[in-house]
Amino acid sequence: MSTTTETPSRTAIDATARARDLLGVSRLTNQALTTWLHGLPGVDQVGCEARAAGLGTRSIKTTSKQWAIDLAISMIDLTTLEGADTHGRVRGLAAKALVPDPSDLSTPRPAAVCVYGDMVATAKQALGDSDVKVAAVATAFPSGRASMAIKLADTKDAVKAGADEIDMVIDRGAFLSGDYLTVFNQIAEVTKACDRGDGTRARLKVIMETGELVTYDNVRRASWLSMLAGGDFIKTSTGKIQPAATLPVTLIMLEAVRDWRDLTGEMVGVKPAGGIKTSKDAIKFLVTVSEIAGEDWLTNQWFRFGASSLLNDLLLQRQRMTTGAYSGANYIADDSPSTAY
Amino acid sequence: MLPRKAPIQMSPFEYAPAPESRAVVDLQSSYGLFINGEFVDGGGNAFKSISPATEEVLAEVSEATDADVDAAVKAARTAYTRVWSKMSGADRGKYLYRIARILQERAREFAVLETLDNGKPIKESRDVDIPLAAAHFFYNAGWADKLEFASLPGGANPQPHGVVGQVIPWNFPMLMLAWKIAPALATGNTVVLKPAETTPLTALLFAEVCQQADLPPGVVNIVTGAGPTGQAIVDHPGIDKLAFTGSTGVGKMIARAIAGTRKKATLELGGKAANIVFDDAPIDQAVEGIVNGIFFNQGHVCCAGSRLLVQESIAEEVERRLKRRLGTLRVGDPLDKNTDVGAINSKAQLDRIIALTDAGESEGAERWDNGCALPDKGFWFRPTVFTGVTQTHRIAQEEIFGPVLSVLTFRTPQEAVAKANNTPYGLSAGIWTEKGSRILWMADQLKAGVVWANTFNQFDPTSPFGGYKESGYGREGGRHGLEPYVKGTH
Repeated sequence: MSTTTETPSRTAIDATARARDLLGVSRLTNQALTTWLHGLPGVDQVGCEARAAGLGTRSIKTTSKQWAIDLAISMIDLTTLEGADTHGRVRGLAAKALVPDPSDLSTPRPAAVCVYGDMVATAKQALGDSDVKVAAVATAFPSGRASMAIKLADTKDAVKAGADEIDMVIDRGAFLSGDYLTVFNQIAEVTKACDRGDGTRARLKVIMETGELVTYDNVRRASWLSMLAGGDFIKTSTGKIQPAATLPVTLIMLEAVRDWRDLTGEMVGVKPAGGIKTSKDAIKFLVTVSEIAGEDWLTNQWFRFGASSLLNDLLLQRQRMTTGAYSGANYIADDSPSTAY
Repeated sequence: MLPRKAPIQMSPFEYAPAPESRAVVDLQSSYGLFINGEFVDGGGNAFKSISPATEEVLAEVSEATDADVDAAVKAARTAYTRVWSKMSGADRGKYLYRIARILQERAREFAVLETLDNGKPIKESRDVDIPLAAAHFFYNAGWADKLEFASLPGGANPQPHGVVGQVIPWNFPMLMLAWKIAPALATGNTVVLKPAETTPLTALLFAEVCQQADLPPGVVNIVTGAGPTGQAIVDHPGIDKLAFTGSTGVGKMIARAIAGTRKKATLELGGKAANIVFDDAPIDQAVEGIVNGIFFNQGHVCCAGSRLLVQESIAEEVERRLKRRLGTLRVGDPLDKNTDVGAINSKAQLDRIIALTDAGESEGAERWDNGCALPDKGFWFRPTVFTGVTQTHRIAQEEIFGPVLSVLTFRTPQEAVAKANNTPYGLSAGIWTEKGSRILWMADQLKAGVVWANTFNQFDPTSPFGGYKESGYGREGGRHGLEPYVKGTH
């Protein structure tokens, strides 16, 4: 299994024109977006949570488990997002991404390291020309409470520093007050700001902060709105708000990307972030990806885990499956023990 | 809103086998009858109980003759007169609590045995059948010393019937046993119970639990056998009350047999439930509800949502999503923890399913199945959907009791109600809509004993269950489930 697949280099689409087309309107108004989003089928909370719990009871053993652990490792966005981050810590994280397990060099690498914008250059330099991407949070992460000019400057700054991927936050205040057009426009503008000017662009992950949206209906609407506005990925959380990535929320998002492809033929990725700490949890998510969205999403091109401590548990399990015995935390090299998630 | 067709996807995330161990079950080569607290040989010809998934013979089981049934009824009468009717409700409750706890402690053993003998997936016997069976004992144990507050006939002093004859089906062997025995004992009756001839083993293991709990001999008697043994219970003059779950045909025979006698009966019979999906339904959860409604327990469920009534405006969309979902159902080894659909319980039942589905095809309905591979040995049937079904088709009228869904459409709520009620049965129904007022209106109009809203096949010991029309009479579960076991009612 390859650690990372080719990043699409398509330039930003004209999201507004496509939205007009999909919605069948001559002018994209908040009213048109509201009618469209509120016309999506509702989500029954009890049924959704029961389905997620049911998927969580799948029993993944032996060869399937080995395969899933390697896949999960390759899907991690290894993350540090703290006020106390230093260049040294980021270099440590990058070293970890390059050689996740020095005792077993066959271990796949995570998909990316995820850092604040001012750390992009450091991360980029440490990762060199490896296939590990650099993702940067932007747009006044985590709250998103800044002017649009600041958000765009934040994004352009990270792209200019070499970020392969941008993790933006939506304006949850605007979303919750029903101002969908503002959310749409901001995502569309950030998408454009991801352009490198050479015909390529950084992939955009749209963080919806589902813990602040609260209802599954909101998660479904925010997912569709983010895809409509041109996001390459929809992402659950910043990791700063509880609850973060739950299985039912991820299930709703996987249904959204599945149905979006039915409608448009295009694939959008999903990234649960925050709170996924164990291999057991990660495998539940992979089962859900497989049974809800389908096999096409079982690659780090279309599914990621935003996590830090998850990697070490996956490595521990991987060692256990290789050697037949549990080692322990002291046998897992850890450059940057994190408390972020 | 999403009219586009997408190919059905099968998952490549091939799950490695994850079989539950059989080691926890101590199968004996032969089993006797449980009469007066002891296992005794039956007078009839022993019969074999097989695993429907592999056709492996699990054990030989005694057949109870008329004389054996007579001995069981006499033991139950003696236990009633000398011990159980004199015991305080609080003390009866202690025995029921003890049984409930033992069922929890031995849950894995019961689940594996149930799956071996019945063919249902281990995840269902483990997560549904056995925990619910224990829950029924806990729930009824709680009532045993509070019957005077249960608004039962007899008011402050409700009186048990005496000896109760109980005949249960093969689809939920242990759960049906619990539904029957727990309220009967809680209200002060003693019982003679016959499990189905294809699934007698968990009832016999339950007999061991009665011994383990030091239940006084004769309070619970288990007699195994087929139709004639059941007939002997029904006809026995020493039986005061009958409780039966099974087919409408046998239910009618029982009603005829006891007409003019003093015997009372509770009958829980067949069904042809409508699962009604409106255009404003939470569609992904509705699809799950449809799947759970008809493919849970291979469709061997009397309250199964075997008729899908879907509003015409979303029929294609629901059908597309349903078929995609069925592509991910895992059919196979019932002991594998990832199996969603297990084996058909018997050759006879498989033949009946095949006959009815063939009729559906020849009557013009469009047949589809998920195309999954099936094991070579054992009794299997692919999850199947018929579209273009009309009310006059046999597959819309007769109970198939298998993993077969008939899809019909409707245009208005009135039409949905009319079609849902246009059946001799009336056990259950489902309604899927986000409009609360419509749920209440529909529930009021539907002639069904249980109506689920935005869910299906949910069971709880506190909730009464039972049918209208040819689905039977009397209620099981909840406070209502105590009533048939005291004098002054059915």
